[in-house]
Amino acid sequence: MKTILLSVLSATFLSIGAPVMAQEFGDAEDGAQVFKKCRACHMVGPDAFNRTGPHLNELFGRRAGSVEEVTYSDGLIRMGNDGLMWDVESLDAYIENPKAFASDTRMNFPGVKDQGQRNDLLAFLRQYSASPANIPGSAPTAMPREVALSDETLAIEGDAEYGQYLSSECTSCHQIDGDNDGIPGIVGWPQEDFVVAMHAYKEKVRPHPVMQMMAGRLADDEIAALAAYFGGLE
Amino acid sequence: MTMNRRQFVGRTALGAAATMAAPHVYAAGHGGKPKVVVIGGGAGGATAARYINKDSDGAIDVTLVEPTRTYYTCFFSNLYIGGFRTIESLAHSYGSIAAEGVNVVHDYAVGIDRDAKTVTLAGGDTLPYDRLVLSPGIDFVEGAVPGWDVSVQNKMPHAYKAGSQTELLKAQIEAMPEGGTFAMVAPPNPFRCPPGPYERVSMVAHLLTEINPTARILIADPKEKFSKQALFEEGWNKHYSGMIERIGPDFGGNNVEVNADEMTLTIDGVVENVDVCNVIPAMKAGVICERAGLTEGNWAPVSGHTMQSRIDENVHVLGDACAQGDMPKSGFSANSQAKVAAMAVRGALTDSRVFPAKFSNTCWSLVNADDGIKVGASYEATDEKISMTEGFISDTGEDAALRKATYEESLGWYAGISSDIFG
Ligand SMILES: Cc1cc2nc3c(=O)[nH]c(=O)nc-3n(C[C@H](O)[C@H](O)[C@H](O)COP(=O)(O)OP(=O)(O)OC[C@H]3O[C@@H](n4cnc5c(N)ncnc54)[C@H](O)[C@@H]3O)c2cc1C
Repeated sequence: MKTILLSVLSATFLSIGAPVMAQEFGDAEDGAQVFKKCRACHMVGPDAFNRTGPHLNELFGRRAGSVEEVTYSDGLIRMGNDGLMWDVESLDAYIENPKAFASDTRMNFPGVKDQGQRNDLLAFLRQYSASPANIPGSAPTAMPREVALSDETLAIEGDAEYGQYLSSECTSCHQIDGDNDGIPGIVGWPQEDFVVAMHAYKEKVRPHPVMQMMAGRLADDEIAALAAYFGGLE
Repeated sequence: MTMNRRQFVGRTALGAAATMAAPHVYAAGHGGKPKVVVIGGGAGGATAARYINKDSDGAIDVTLVEPTRTYYTCFFSNLYIGGFRTIESLAHSYGSIAAEGVNVVHDYAVGIDRDAKTVTLAGGDTLPYDRLVLSPGIDFVEGAVPGWDVSVQNKMPHAYKAGSQTELLKAQIEAMPEGGTFAMVAPPNPFRCPPGPYERVSMVAHLLTEINPTARILIADPKEKFSKQALFEEGWNKHYSGMIERIGPDFGGNNVEVNADEMTLTIDGVVENVDVCNVIPAMKAGVICERAGLTEGNWAPVSGHTMQSRIDENVHVLGDACAQGDMPKSGFSANSQAKVAAMAVRGALTDSRVFPAKFSNTCWSLVNADDGIKVGASYEATDEKISMTEGFISDTGEDAALRKATYEESLGWYAGISSDIFG
């Protein structure tokens, strides 16, 4: 089952009055083992410097795409500009499926699919970020609450003809030939990635006010319809 | 169960599941395929013609009537004034739309016979239709600004229809004497592009800062408030401190008169000598709407479910010309409305599926180089009007990186919407 993550501390969440769940990080020592998958490109610790990817010191609370002299994808820079700060839930979502989170990311890595391994990895990395001071429950350390995209949601067969009508709203900004200047291209995505991305906007895990608004009013079957339509375009 | 299509097209809880095939209901009084005539090849009309044609796969004959061969977008025309775009980059032709199969007729519609369902063109031809789509944009209300009418538009340009007017305005600004005065007479609500006059002031200020930094800008404004006001005023203070003065209705900004021969602007009895006077008068629907008896007051009322005229259900009115409810008069809105109308027209004339209407709008404005801001909302159709459901606006005090990203996003939007409108 595919999951996306909602911030426990997000305004939406608090406003519906749900309890903040105190969860533990995973095991930092086990996380050091998981980190081996990342070491080809990333360093962390006192002597860390940027390699293919940015160093990971002070990662928690850092704005996405903001380390100087690192080449980032346009998408990640844009998300950073839109206000994406790395914290447990955004990192968790990113690491689970980098391409679904930021479609053009330069992080060529399939993702860590196992939630336990991700918890461990994040516990390991969290040791190298001081700010804000290690207060359990403060934004960067709060554990994410998982919201399942149920198998049912993922299994909805998109009505491509309906998607074609709905897509006309998207093409006021996104170019149908897939060009990517200033606004990302959205044609030819794997349907599941498209569905996950749209739900992430809808749940406000992905930043960007226009997309949060557009996705926010799409029903599950409408998201599936769009995924089917755009997925079928070259 | 009988269902009225117009009611049916409204939002249903069932969403797509509730869609259904429409019967053949067109009055094929003219024989052959059903015919659609679209008047006006701008943001609304060109989009509608393309979408009706493209999605009906040849089942509908679509004719687009537009007098000009080159359409200059008003959107980004302020950026041309500011020096961020060339005039050529705003020009679009109808070649792709014609190649897709729309019959493009370069002529001007002078009359509509709604009983006979025909359109008469200035060139003398008569075009029959089963459905008519009108997107003629705006014209100016006569006598709105005493001393101004279209006969003096070359001395006091409006530049509110883009192209030669925009070039003229820019040339006049460039020719201003050192320390001279640029004046703007801003329009009352409702008008085309609510942030447009204020984005223009920003771009004029940007240009003057570079070529004539002691010049001043004077705005006479009949409105208490304007779109994105806090954001514009923040930017004006930051980038163009001391250059811009706005006189609102409290100080007589609603009581103006101009004299094009003397180049004066009189605000509440006080005569100002000005070097450039950009008069943006009160607006109304393109005159063809009035001639066809489709207006109430200055605009053509429509149902938001289908964009059908409330006066004649065989006519759809889009874009700036219609009175629809909460959407601002923008190119984005016209493009969004055109898609709803295209779907409704196809549903009425062929058995294609009809879905609930959805609308949206985002307006980006440029305040200075790399300082972009935006405002937007989504809308749905109710029986009464198009009604806003959710909105957002840039914040004051945003950092430079976000403002730059917003500007870059607007460039992407321009490319996206241009190819959506013109193919
Ligand atoms: C300075 C400025 C800046 C703007 N910036 C933005 C922006 O950033 N974003 C945005 O979304 N919108 C912007 N707009 C608004 C946008 O340009 C209009 O809202 C949009 O063009 C409206 O589309 P329309 O189809 O109603 O009219 P138009 O695009 O004006 O098209 C009308 C067409 O109809 C033709 N026509 C008129 N009468 C007849 C007739 N009788 N027969 C045949 N053809 C006829 C005209 O020649 C014209 O081509 C701006 C406007 C201005 C003035």
